[in-house]
Formats: sequence, C-alpha cells, structure tokens
Amino acid sequence: MSEKMMNTAAFEVPKDKFRFVPMEGRTHDKKLETKPVGYFRDAMNRFRKNKGSVAAAWIILLLVLYAILIPIFCETPYSRALTDTMYLNYTKLPPKIPFLGIDGCSDVTVNSGKYHYYRAIAEETGLETIRATYRADYKDPTASGKSTFYDLRVDNYTSMGMLYLTLTGDQFEDIQKWQDEHGIQVIYPAIKDAKQTDANIWYEVDKKGQPKLDKEGNLKSIYRTTTPEDTAYHSLRIAADNDPEHPMAYARVAGTSTAKSYVTRINKYTYFQYRYGFEPGFVFGTNARGQDIFTRLAAGARFSFLLAICVSAINLFIGTIYGAIEGYYGGTTDLVMERISDILAEIPFIVVTVLFQLHLAKKVGVIGALLFAFVLTGWIGMASRVRMQFYRFKGQEYVLAARTLGARDSRLMFRHIFPNSLGTIITGSILVIPGVIFTESSLTYLNIVNLESSTMTSVGTMLANGKDYLATDPYIIFFPALFISLLEISFNLFGNGLRDAFNPSLRGAD
Amino acid sequence: MGKYVLKRIVLMLFTFLIIISMCFILVKLLPNKPAKQFGKDMQLIEMRREALGYNKPLLEQYVIFLQRSLIGQDWGVSEVLYLGQDVWGKFIEKMPATVIVNAYTMLISVPLGLLLGIYAALKKNKWQDQLISTLVVIFVSTPSYVYAFLVQYFLCFKLKWFPFQMNAGYDYFSWSTFVSIVPAVMSLGFGTVAQLTRYTRAELTEVLTSDYLLLARTKGLTRAQTTVRHALRNAMVPIFPMILGEFIGIMGGSLIIEQIFGIPGVGPLYVASVSSATPDYNFFLLLSAFYTLIGLVSGIIVDISYGFIDPRIRMGSRKV
Repeated sequence: MSEKMMNTAAFEVPKDKFRFVPMEGRTHDKKLETKPVGYFRDAMNRFRKNKGSVAAAWIILLLVLYAILIPIFCETPYSRALTDTMYLNYTKLPPKIPFLGIDGCSDVTVNSGKYHYYRAIAEETGLETIRATYRADYKDPTASGKSTFYDLRVDNYTSMGMLYLTLTGDQFEDIQKWQDEHGIQVIYPAIKDAKQTDANIWYEVDKKGQPKLDKEGNLKSIYRTTTPEDTAYHSLRIAADNDPEHPMAYARVAGTSTAKSYVTRINKYTYFQYRYGFEPGFVFGTNARGQDIFTRLAAGARFSFLLAICVSAINLFIGTIYGAIEGYYGGTTDLVMERISDILAEIPFIVVTVLFQLHLAKKVGVIGALLFAFVLTGWIGMASRVRMQFYRFKGQEYVLAARTLGARDSRLMFRHIFPNSLGTIITGSILVIPGVIFTESSLTYLNIVNLESSTMTSVGTMLANGKDYLATDPYIIFFPALFISLLEISFNLFGNGLRDAFNPSLRGAD
Repeated sequence: MGKYVLKRIVLMLFTFLIIISMCFILVKLLPNKPAKQFGKDMQLIEMRREALGYNKPLLEQYVIFLQRSLIGQDWGVSEVLYLGQDVWGKFIEKMPATVIVNAYTMLISVPLGLLLGIYAALKKNKWQDQLISTLVVIFVSTPSYVYAFLVQYFLCFKLKWFPFQMNAGYDYFSWSTFVSIVPAVMSLGFGTVAQLTRYTRAELTEVLTSDYLLLARTKGLTRAQTTVRHALRNAMVPIFPMILGEFIGIMGGSLIIEQIFGIPGVGPLYVASVSSATPDYNFFLLLSAFYTLIGLVSGIIVDISYGFIDPRIRMGSRKV
C-alpha cells in the first residue's frame, strides 16, 4: 500500500498510459505443474520405496483383520459352546485345511492290537481311519514279546471312534429324528459286555486286548440283541443288523421305569455333526482341552492388539503433555520433572506389574491392573522423545515470530512446535505396540497375569498350555508362536520403515 | 571424574531407597493374614507372626526393615515357598545357576555378534551385508521363547542332541551340565547376537565413512590396519559400555527361558513367589530389590565406562 503511494508520489503517470488487465490469460508466475508435496506425502513416498516395510505393513493388516474378523464370522456353535463340556471329547485334533492338503492325519507306529482297533472303527462306522499302510505286520527286534507292528497313516478325526453317552428319552428321540432326516448313523448298537469300558471294542477280545479273529481273519461282533417289540429305537440300523427275528439293541436302558435313560454308543464324528451342524475340521486344530485354536488365537490376538493400542494411545497422551511441558519450559521445571520420571523409569516393569496385580486386580480387574502397570512407566519413553523434539524446535525463528505476535504458551506448544515433531511421535507410538504385545505375552506365559477364561485368552497362555504337548502335538504351540513371531517381525520392520521415512537422516542407525 | 562418579552413586542409592521403600509399604498394605482352615493351629500361627514382628506398627516395621534387611542382609524367612527357611540363603543358593547360564550366553554371543557386525559393515551394501541385516531384523524381533520352543523341539526332541531340562544338582562345571545348559544358552543367544550385530554394524559404518579414516588411508595404511586400529577402536566407544551393561544385566536373567529349561535360578523363584495364591512377600521384596539394583547398577556402569573409555565424553552424563 505504502509502496504504491510512494510510487505515485515519485512518478506522475499520465492517465492514458493505464490499461485494463486482460482477465483471460492473467500474467502469473509460472504455474506449478506438479502437485505440492507435503511432509506426510513425502514421508509416504519414501516409505513406499522400502519394500520390506510395505510387505510388513500388509502382514500386519492381515493379522489385524484376522483378529477382528475371525471372532465375528468364524464363531461356530462349537467355539461358542462355553458351558458345554462335550468339547472335552474332541481334544488334540490336528489342523485340517482340505484345500491346502493338510488332512488331519498323522503317521504312527502301532502294535497289532491297536491296528485292529483302528480297523474295527473303520469297519463299524464306514469312515476311513487308516489312510495308508506303509509297513504291515513286522517284528521289531528291539521290542519284547510276540507283538507285531504296523506303520500307518491314521486320520485323527475319524479314528476318534465311539463314546458312551447317557441320554434322556427326549434326547434319544431327537437324535433318531436327526438320523432319519440326514441318513447318518450316530447311535451304534450296544454290546453284550456291559463292563467293557472302551466303547470302541465291539468285537471279541482276549485278556490282553488282542482281538479274537475267525478263520477268515474277521472280527467277531458282540452286539447285544433285543426283542422285535422294543420300539424305543426305530431309526437307521447298521448293515450287519439284518436279522428281523433278533434285531440289535441300540441302547442299554437304565434308570427307573418312569424316568428311563439310555446308555448309547455314539460315534464322535457323526455326533459332532448332529450337535454342532458341521463336520469336524479345525483349521488350526484343537488344544488339549478341545478348544478350537483358530478362534481362540484370534480372541487372544484381538485382546493383544486392543491392549497395545490403548497403551500406545494413553502413553502418547501423557507422554506428549509431560514431554512438552518439560521441553518447552526447561530449567528447574525440566530438572524436577526429569528426576521424577528417572525414578519411575528405574522401577523394574515386572515389579510394577506384580504390585498392581496384587493391589488392583480385585478392584479394577486383571486387565485394568495390567493396563495401569503398562501406563505407569510406559509414557516415559514418549515423554523424553517429545522433550527432545521440543528442545530442538523451541528456539527456532518461527516460534519466536509466533510469540512476538502474542501466541499463548499452549498455542505455541501444540500448534507450532508439536506438528513438527509429529513424525517422531507417530513412529514412537507405533514402535510401542510390539513391545507391549511381547511383554503381555511374556507375563501371561509366566502366569503372573492370568486372563484365561472360557471366552478370553491370551497368546502367552496358549503358548504355556501348548508347551506341555511340544513333543507329541507341536501344532498346539506352533500357531500362537508363529503368530507372535510374525507380528513382532513385521511390526519392527514397519516401525523402522516409518522412522526412516519420517526421518531420513536417521536411516540405518541402530 | 571422581566427583561425577560419587554423585551418580549417591543418586543411585537415593533412587534405590525410594523404590524399595515404596515396594515395602505397598506390600505391607496387602492383606497378609493366613485364612482359618481346618487342621491349622491358628494360635500357633499367631504366635509365630507375633514373634516375627508382623503385628507391629507399619512405621516400626519399616525401620526394622531398613536396619535388618538393607544393611544386615536379613530378609526374614519364607512364608509360602520354603516355609521357615532363610530367604537370603535361598536366594544365594539359586544365584549361581542364573549367573552361569547368562555368562555362557555372553561369552558366546559377544564375539559372534561383534564379528558378524564387523563383517557386515565391511561388506556394506553387498549381498553379505543385506543377508546379515535381513536376518538380524528377524532374529532381533522374534521373542526368545520362540527360539526356546524351536530348540527344544528340533534339537532336544527330534535330534536328541541335548536333554530337555538342565541337570539338577549343584555340579555346575561338569561336561554333562554344560551340555544341558546349551539349549538355554542358544535360545538366549540368538537375540543377543542379532542385537549386537546390528549395533556394531551401525556404529562401524558410521566411523568407516569419517574423514580421519580417509586420512589414515591416504597416508598409506592398509585397509585392515585402518579398520582394526582406527575404526574399530572408535566404534567400540558406544559398543563396549553396552556390552558391559548387558553383562551386569544378565544377572537378572531371563524369566521365561529359565522356566522353560528348568534352570534352578532366580527367575523361577521370582515367578513362583508371586504367582501362587498367597504370594511369598519376603521373597518378592528381596527379588524386587535385586532387580531394581541390577537395573540401576548396569545403568551407572554404562555411564561411567563411557567416561573411562573416551576422554572426550568425560564429565557430564550420557546424552541420548
């Protein structure tokens, strides 16, 4: 304005020299041909070039989706059945993923008694229990006695065999109705020898448990027969039950005459179909208590993620404010606050956790106490990071300019300095997440924090439970261990990538 | 230098006193009365508690605690785990196993980590470096208990090279005990080696690109000479304190690894003392004090050793 006035004062420009600016084709500076690249876009571009970090980001996304979606969509009557003790009968079933060729079978070496046991299940139920016989009927010179051995590939799902189940009249009736509808045999004939504890032995055996075979090498059945008038069972009958004069009995009747109960031999495989509505097949297998690992791991993962994000957010909040005040004011304030956080930082985390569990677990719950423990010392790292950034930026000219214009302290701190340290802060809070998940899994593994319940679990507890079956059923521990390793690796890769992207000068450090 | 060390030590003792006092008071505030139970002689228990001084006012107990425990090494007797036994004696008895496992880990992983780090730094941006760096990211991130499971499954169970658990007994230096410790050492070692490799590589690459190294080359030193005499020595400035700090820190041990491999050390003692239905408070207090002290001492040693190694950083604390 003043310049213009000066100009007019200096030169008297005649009026006819003036002309209108043409509105089309205005004479600007050269227009920018590309879009302006901001701080975050620049960081994103750099991040995208780091292939490892991008891959890690995708893996994290997959794991998060797994944790979110599986508990919602893959909930079955089986994994939801919490009060149902039936799942105790489906323990340690190996993974079965049909389209990947993982069929739930395992290679075993058994003696002849066990071999006939598997054979008998296959013969009775018509399900294929022995998938392949690698070596049959051989003698092992190191083993004593006359027993011979078989190398087999056994289907763990179909070889579960039979189970004695005591049913009420209504339940008995209901299963029969289902059998008629679906044409699948669930209840199998009762056997003569009521003392036989193993429901799978439907054939004659000697005292050692070896089957007594007839001349053709077939098993001799010991099914119980009944009178044709007995109409309690009126559903499907097995193929061998073809004598109308002496039909087989499908239950041993117990209880009083008014309240009858039926002791039945049911097939675990088909009973599963009747009870839960689908064929048994667990993607990650079941654990030693019969719980589905696939949904349970997802529940544990979901908890881990939620906890880590909560801790990260709370740390960010407290740490930012604390660090900002420290860094901005400096001097005595900084000194006193630093001493406080120094002392807090020196308390071993495990001691904090235990004390919080002992004091607070009854009042705010185990999870609340765990969260408090994480937050008590967790924000210190963030605070020191923010403090450093504030020291770096607070003396710069743009802050001085804002101050001269009369900006308040809080405005200077959070409007002017804070956005500049955002990159470091974001990286820091992302890198907190794997640490929290790792610590949480360690604590639950050691049973210092116990989150186990019918609906809840944690990765650490799953690992601790699976460890007892490391030699016999390694898949129980494999999937939780794989999950946590993948998570830790990809989070660290992702975090490092972010740090490099936001702060290229730090690339390769640490 | 002397003044600085003194200042740090006084500050450390002060911090330690605050933390342990907090622990003491928080523990004493917890309910610690044995429940009535059939077959328990409550009168006897009450007499015992009276004799041990559990019924005195909190402040008086605190003064006794300061005098007898912190100064006199008398941390009371165990209430739950080893009923009636001296807590301090039990702790000293458990110490060697932890120290030995962790000392072996350091002995093996420090040279390995340094060598790999130096190799990666010398081959910077070649395929060897890239391979090592990729492996390092994987090995640093994987939790140590995952290695423990892998080692236990493949080496102990499948190949039968090592026993599943550490040998019982106090015969720490026999060959069979050493073999039984190897799985634990390996599980702890993977992470340590990877961390050290990463650190060494980062430090060394930074030094290798500096001007004085170029000067050393121009005046006619061979590459090996510059690397060993100039670069390595300067790179060791931050690396050595870190190793030293870890060496002290290993006394704390790894809780999970000790539990997995059945090492009769301090870690399982701590876990057992807090995870039972009624915690063993005396053990808890002693071990909390121990872990706190370990952390403090390793921090202070790191800081002071900086000054001793590199005169340039003498005076003033380490600034991150």
